[in-house]
Amino acid sequence: MTQHQVLEYDVIVIGAGGAGLRAAIEAATKGASVGLICKSLLGKAHTVMAEGGVAAALANVDDRDSWKVHFADTMRGGHYLNAWRMAELHAKEAPERVRELEGWGALMDRTPDGLINQRNFGGHAYPRLAHVGDRTGLEMIRTLQDHGIHEGIDVHMEVTVSKLLMDGGRCAGALAYDRELGRFKVFKAKAVVMATGGIGRAFLVTSNSWEYTGDGHALAYQAGAELVDMEFVQFHPTGMVWPPSVRGILVTEGVRGEGGILKNSEGRRFMFDDIPPLYKESTADTPEEGWRYVIGDREARRPPELLTRDHVARKIVKEVQEGRGSPHGGAFLDIAWIQEHIKDSEDHIKKKLPSMYHQFKELAGIDITKEPMEVGPTTHYAMGGIRVDPDSQMSTTVPGLFAAGECAAGLHGANRLGGNSLSDLLVFGKRAGGYAAEFSAENTPVHLQDEQIDLAVHEALSPLERDPGADVGPYRLQYELQQLMQDKAGIAREEGGLAEALDELQQLKTRAQAMGVGGSREYNPGWHTVLDLQNLLTVAEAVVMASDARKESRGAHSRLDYLDKDPEWGTVNLVLKKGHDGEMELRREGISEIPKELRKIIEEQG
Amino acid sequence: MKTATFKVWQGNSDGGELETYEVEVDQGYVVLDAIHRIQAEQANDLAVRWNCKAGKCGSCSAEVNGSPKLMCMTRVDELPADKPITVEPMRTFPVVKDLVTDVSWNYEVKASIKRFSPKTADHEDGSWSMDQYDVERPQEFRKCIECFLCQDVCHVLRDHQLHDRFAGPRHYVYVANMEMNPIDTGDRVAELREELGIGYCNITKCCTKVCPEGITITDNAIIPLKERVVDQSYDPLARLIKLVKGTGD
Repeated sequence: MTQHQVLEYDVIVIGAGGAGLRAAIEAATKGASVGLICKSLLGKAHTVMAEGGVAAALANVDDRDSWKVHFADTMRGGHYLNAWRMAELHAKEAPERVRELEGWGALMDRTPDGLINQRNFGGHAYPRLAHVGDRTGLEMIRTLQDHGIHEGIDVHMEVTVSKLLMDGGRCAGALAYDRELGRFKVFKAKAVVMATGGIGRAFLVTSNSWEYTGDGHALAYQAGAELVDMEFVQFHPTGMVWPPSVRGILVTEGVRGEGGILKNSEGRRFMFDDIPPLYKESTADTPEEGWRYVIGDREARRPPELLTRDHVARKIVKEVQEGRGSPHGGAFLDIAWIQEHIKDSEDHIKKKLPSMYHQFKELAGIDITKEPMEVGPTTHYAMGGIRVDPDSQMSTTVPGLFAAGECAAGLHGANRLGGNSLSDLLVFGKRAGGYAAEFSAENTPVHLQDEQIDLAVHEALSPLERDPGADVGPYRLQYELQQLMQDKAGIAREEGGLAEALDELQQLKTRAQAMGVGGSREYNPGWHTVLDLQNLLTVAEAVVMASDARKESRGAHSRLDYLDKDPEWGTVNLVLKKGHDGEMELRREGISEIPKELRKIIEEQG
Repeated sequence: MKTATFKVWQGNSDGGELETYEVEVDQGYVVLDAIHRIQAEQANDLAVRWNCKAGKCGSCSAEVNGSPKLMCMTRVDELPADKPITVEPMRTFPVVKDLVTDVSWNYEVKASIKRFSPKTADHEDGSWSMDQYDVERPQEFRKCIECFLCQDVCHVLRDHQLHDRFAGPRHYVYVANMEMNPIDTGDRVAELREELGIGYCNITKCCTKVCPEGITITDNAIIPLKERVVDQSYDPLARLIKLVKGTGD
């Protein structure tokens, strides 16, 4: 039998970003004993990178806003593939989840009346994003962290889960190793909440850090969970493109919310050229009207830069492809131009977008109060993920396994609106944690068989036992995967490339399974990278399979060989599950019928 | 492509030494890019912490040419080109391996500090009214990314190793954020004086200088807190009143 420490909890939460922390807090509040497992140090997860704000219909800035408008905006933004019940719960509960953060120490920017201020963002009809300058994510994760550490939660920092453990068909815990010394820990739990975030590291140009290797997606899939909507990967329209070392780092949508405009090399504001029919009526006709919207004129319609992310990203790519891009293959994003309208524009920009100012100044030598930025699409967010029950967030197929935040799917459909991820993680983090605590109270303790643990330990250790010299090494192999996904399953896809990608993924899989690494078990990132690679390859396969199957362009999924939306695909989700033979199986599933009253809301809101 | 010479500290708690690497550096390279390149091409098991690579998470703290820095925000072309660039772990904390240090002490100190406790909500929906002017002061402290570079540079910790009686600049900033929050009702002044040892700080302002977020740690957080400690603990008039009332110190 292998050596490992055994830790037992009612609930374990895997991942300590916003969703994981919110889930852990809720489960602990409900009286469960909670272990929180965090791949990095506490407070460093990707939530920290969220900039622009958290979407909630507080109606502090525009009293016409309500949960109904937020619901309709979310459904429209997701091209109606969303799990409507999640969109409903999210819109209804987000305001309370945001307000409660201030009771835990958060300090959002204020309106002149002293209420939480809200800003414009793409696809939201009214100013809806509560924010703190452009560091809203930091505010949220720090608030949840500082509250969470007093709630009796055991935090396991720099511990990575390599496998979910099962008791029959029920999820019963996880095997993990600590980064420091490579010691194994068995977490035995009556309920498991997955909150591991995204899959951005499957692509070359990404705003995601090393952690986002689709661990939750892949581990849940291996344990029998269904994945859904995996073809929908959000390419955020504005990542940095120059210099090469910063390529992909996020430039907040808040820049456009504060009046930033997109221009091509000819100085043309190309976003006015092509407005999608769904948004024709709500988009400004002239730059003048767009500016009035930015400064709060209720009669004005939004500028086209604030269309949804899928559309803006595609438009930038088009300009570049047609030879009108910026010198380094992007478009120009200009906030400095607001000096035409605002006297102290330099101070205004520094106050509203302090970290953007800092980021460009330090990393690119650009003063955004004076010059335009160069931006282009960057892999940002997975709309797809673990398929869950909309109310409880429990996996549709694995009892005892819950998921929240980015690794869960449903809320965002084919495209996520900016600001809806921070509200997502609060609303569904709380729900997942609460229902996991209930589940653990209602169910019997779990039993773990030694053979299962021994096998998982053996799998995790095997890269260290193989010859490290035989291939290119773990980092280069990951790079090859990222290049492959970027080229063949990225922002523009087609049948031939996807078929090739599927083949090449099989070869990469074989190589990854044979990959050896040097060094010891002691804080060895090479070893960790090989283990993460297995998860990345699983999610990459899911993305490619689903992208190949959806023969239309919708939301974030663009097919060069099927350029238009196909109404037949408008009511269908793609579901992936591990088959009995171990192969990935894909099936179409019709979306359940939306209740009359919700349908009415969508119709009323246009 | 240009190359640069890096000397990277490698080892563990038993000891270690600077290893020399020649690295190709692309335009715009930051120190973390070079470390990643070394890791990918020459030393697969080189241990380093990082996450956002954009100065927002505070994971990649190290000492570059002897100065506490975030590796992701330190441009290679801004360092002297004529000599090797040294990269070492933060010296104030025990080494785990290579550039990774054990910073868990910081988390323990924070958890020991009296938590945020709000007054009753102003409105029925559970919210509070606060003026932008009033929130801006604590908002400065909430910019902290917990990189612990201020802790690393502080001589009370770095040279005198008073970790057992001195919380360090990061935690004074944390306390200041709560003390100056318009809706907080907690009082942490006695704690600052006793357990958190703010008196050991002799305001050399080294922490302010290294803060990558530009927080004016000494002037805006530590000095006002010290004033509160002095007001409450050493004000002669207050002492007299306490003496007369018999409430003691």
